[in-house]
Amino acid sequence: MSNLFLARLQFGVTTVYHFFFVPLTIGLVLLIAVMETVYVMRGNDAYKKMAKFWGKLFLINFAVGVVTGIIQEFQFGMNWSSYSRFVGDVFGAPLAVEALVAFFLESTFLGIWLFGWEKLSPRVHLLTIWLVAIGTTLSAFWILTANAFMQEPVGYTLRHGHAEMSNFFALIANPQLWLEFPHVWLGALSTGAFFVTGVSAYHLLRRNSTEIFKRSFHLGISLAVVSSILVAVLGHEQAQHLMTVQPMKMAASEALWNTSPEHAPWTVMADINPAQHRNSFSIKIPYALSVLAYNHLSGKVEGINQLQAQYEKQYGSGNYIPPVRTTFWSFRIMVLAGVLMILLALYGFYVSWKDRLLNRKWFLKSLIWAVSLPLIANIMGWIMTEMGRQPWAVYGLLRTQTGVSPTVSAASVLTTFIGFSAVYGVLAVVDAFLLIKFLKQHPDAEQHVLSTESMVTKPNL
Amino acid sequence: MNLNILWFALIVVLFMGFFFLEGFDFGVGMLLPFLGRKDVERRIVINSIGPFWDANEVWLLTAGGAMFAAFPNWYATLFSGFYLALFLMLLALIGRGVAFEFRSKVDNSTWRRTWDWVIFFGSLLPPLLWGVALANIMRGVPIDARMNYVGGFWNLINVYSVVAGVATVLLFVLHGALFLTIKTEGVLRERARAAALRIGGLTTVLLFVFLVLSYLWTDMFTKKGIDPGPVPVAAGIALISVRFLTRSRHLGWAFGMTGVTIILSTLTVFLGLFPRVMISSLNPNWSLTIYNAASNHYSLQVMTIIALTVIPFVLAYQLWNYWVFRQRVKPADHLDY
Repeated sequence: MSNLFLARLQFGVTTVYHFFFVPLTIGLVLLIAVMETVYVMRGNDAYKKMAKFWGKLFLINFAVGVVTGIIQEFQFGMNWSSYSRFVGDVFGAPLAVEALVAFFLESTFLGIWLFGWEKLSPRVHLLTIWLVAIGTTLSAFWILTANAFMQEPVGYTLRHGHAEMSNFFALIANPQLWLEFPHVWLGALSTGAFFVTGVSAYHLLRRNSTEIFKRSFHLGISLAVVSSILVAVLGHEQAQHLMTVQPMKMAASEALWNTSPEHAPWTVMADINPAQHRNSFSIKIPYALSVLAYNHLSGKVEGINQLQAQYEKQYGSGNYIPPVRTTFWSFRIMVLAGVLMILLALYGFYVSWKDRLLNRKWFLKSLIWAVSLPLIANIMGWIMTEMGRQPWAVYGLLRTQTGVSPTVSAASVLTTFIGFSAVYGVLAVVDAFLLIKFLKQHPDAEQHVLSTESMVTKPNL
Repeated sequence: MNLNILWFALIVVLFMGFFFLEGFDFGVGMLLPFLGRKDVERRIVINSIGPFWDANEVWLLTAGGAMFAAFPNWYATLFSGFYLALFLMLLALIGRGVAFEFRSKVDNSTWRRTWDWVIFFGSLLPPLLWGVALANIMRGVPIDARMNYVGGFWNLINVYSVVAGVATVLLFVLHGALFLTIKTEGVLRERARAAALRIGGLTTVLLFVFLVLSYLWTDMFTKKGIDPGPVPVAAGIALISVRFLTRSRHLGWAFGMTGVTIILSTLTVFLGLFPRVMISSLNPNWSLTIYNAASNHYSLQVMTIIALTVIPFVLAYQLWNYWVFRQRVKPADHLDY
């Protein structure tokens, strides 16, 4: 195994793992902030209990997101030093701003929020959780600014053999960013929303603290409706943007080997044969790809073979075709998960609005499973967008293979890969165990495990 | 002052902040298994840094981000070069980060003891490795003409770097013990004070040894001559004063003085480096400097505007954080960790 392969594997595993936790953080904190706002505005104690209950689950999840984020930030230098030298002038800035603007904000105010229930006035305490929510969103914005540059490089000039920043405003006005950021952010909100509805459904099935969980459910499902519909709208816009900036990714995500006819059909599923550049079997919906790409019934979509020929002319000989199967299927799984989310959210909102939740047992059960849908969609979206960009690390500028650290041996990368993966495995088990333990607790019964001991035991002074 | 110097200074400030702040919570983490004999005492120890440790760690993340943005070559050479050392540090930071959060969430003594040791090792390794790393940066490491580190992990381990690592660990334990004397009360406070007195002497001796070795093994002597200048001297005086202040129970002052020692020692290291950021032991011309490792001027300008706008707010709300939780942690408090 080469150091390139191992470095890519490590990047993929770390990023996917990290992104199991991050969207839940972003989505859940917003709902907690809303709950605490209702508590402070109306003085309704149920909402305080809600904020505390969901807050505990938030913290368990947040811890793993933070520590894996440290690896995210440092692995560019560790495994991708040539990449870091090449784009550091441009790419480093949003990472530094993320740390300065977002990490400080969220970590400081989360500490104050967690420990400050009795030390601050309710309004100031409320402000702290909103600042955490703003911090997590700013964090997403800045890291996606960096990623958007990899998808659609702007605001730079090539000089002395590397990219130098020439226009910071172009970097934050990147059209890719303004589709990608809302898409990812809404996906994160839907993750928090489905988590809250799923856990609430679990308790409603058991008739635990029904008042608290009906309210939580209603809040969660409302956000689920809005976010799952808007995330699809933004996803659609992003796909259309791909047509102009990364047509190869679009073609690969459709397994479209040759340029389509004027009325392009959309392939629902296909048996893809990448070696022979053809699909031995496929099911298609007429006109649908033209609609997807242009919002019209007609319009050609360029094929992989034609784009490959064009890129060879533009960038020299080489293979410019991303892994087609992965790109194709990750896109479809994401879309399927997204569609299911919209349907479940709409029906759930209707049932919750009519206050018939307690009679819909099968539906509540399905919502427990639906917690996984946004997680799947998030991960598949990232796999599609990152794998679909290959062989480029920065589209059209730097190939992934030239970005790897030249002096870090394969053995070293393998060591860290095994080490990190083992830790990820242990953390996943422990985190799942704790999440399940705490989500099963009843918010009405005040957290006994945590505080009894400290109240009862007095140390011998 | 040009922007390259300004960014070097900002990164030095970030490292000072990181070592000062995370220094005491590393120290508290290392003292945890020894000072807290009963579970409630251990919880008080952990809760003393509860609202702070995560934000303290962000100083390191920001230093890393600032290196990436302002000196991409420094970031790339250091992180790909000190690869396995950094890997161990990341494992440690992961472990202690989740340990704080997970430890008291299950009422089982094996569970809690396990996480206590994760906190211990997670707090021990980073200062050890930072000491080792900084000593190597001062002394010079094999860096080739293309700015790549061409040594291995074992190149980093030598008498000089190990002395630096152990001295850093001890200094942070001392700093952490003194932090606990101002954040706890009763028997815990006494134990923390006793611990500070016990290791204070050894810490002073080891840091002095490190200074002497620095004259022998780095180019400090050729650069500065026999007089090390006011900064390390002041650091030494501050450290010596800690013992007297601890004895006379001026514990807040003592904590302040370990803080001064940490800040001035960090400054000494980086002043010794300046204007280099990584010294090549193969050829002085291959060293990385604040010029050949830097981002382009425009990028530094943009970052300067952002940093100088944001930093005052960050400092203000972090100070507010310490103000809100200024009281000692008591057994009757509601303990979140």
